[in-house]
Amino acid sequence: MRLSTNKCSPNEKANTITLPARFTSLDAVRKFVVQAAKDCGMDQNAIDAVELAIDEAFSNIIEHAYGGESSEVIECSCRNTEDRLIIILKDCGKPFKPEMIPEPDIGASLENRKVGGLGMFFMDQLMDDVSYTFTTGPGGRTNCNELTLVKRKE
Amino acid sequence: MEVSVTEYKNCDLVKASGRIDSSTAPQLADAMDSITERGKFKIVFDVSDVEYMSSAGLRVLISTQKTCKRYNRGELVLACLPERVYNALDLAGFIQLFSIYDDLTEAVASI
Repeated sequence: MRLSTNKCSPNEKANTITLPARFTSLDAVRKFVVQAAKDCGMDQNAIDAVELAIDEAFSNIIEHAYGGESSEVIECSCRNTEDRLIIILKDCGKPFKPEMIPEPDIGASLENRKVGGLGMFFMDQLMDDVSYTFTTGPGGRTNCNELTLVKRKE
Repeated sequence: MEVSVTEYKNCDLVKASGRIDSSTAPQLADAMDSITERGKFKIVFDVSDVEYMSSAGLRVLISTQKTCKRYNRGELVLACLPERVYNALDLAGFIQLFSIYDDLTEAVASI
């Protein structure tokens, strides 16, 4: 039997990295996730999408959950299944309520265009599934945010 | 990320290279603000060496464009967009909000 190089090789155990909740961690989290997407055999467009989505997600957590850069941490784990890459981000900042974030009007004129609000919109557009829940986070703390981003292979 | 500003008679040229994200976007914002705070509102941004731009970079572009276009006093135009950066602008619905040139000389002449 010939193995297809286009399929994700499943790893039941997720690879995990824990990083300071600082913007200087963006390089490391992007590299970590891009490597997982490459290991998964994704094409360049999908890798680019995953990289931008994780950047937006990580930045949003720093800005909104932690209210800016902090000494707290964000945990990122990646798991390959047969047909998809699953990325999970955990933080123990303020509980996140996605319904509180209005969707940007991307057709608005310059005068009416809001400067922010693009991060979540980008994640939704770039990934196949984005979901939020509460969980036990780093250090065993309860009521932490868990964000799951899913990118299908095809 | 590195960013430089060159003053010309009719406009200011901003050139950045590398990756523009939440960590580096403040440098780009500082460069843009240094121009508008001098009362100059015609800016050409040479994007050719920018490898990557997240929404943090896009926020700087939209906020600078709002400042420049106020009272019809100028404009921020974009030159030599790599495909990946173009795609991010497109996803955000920004294409219609900027004049975009493939050629830097053309961009400078247009403003």
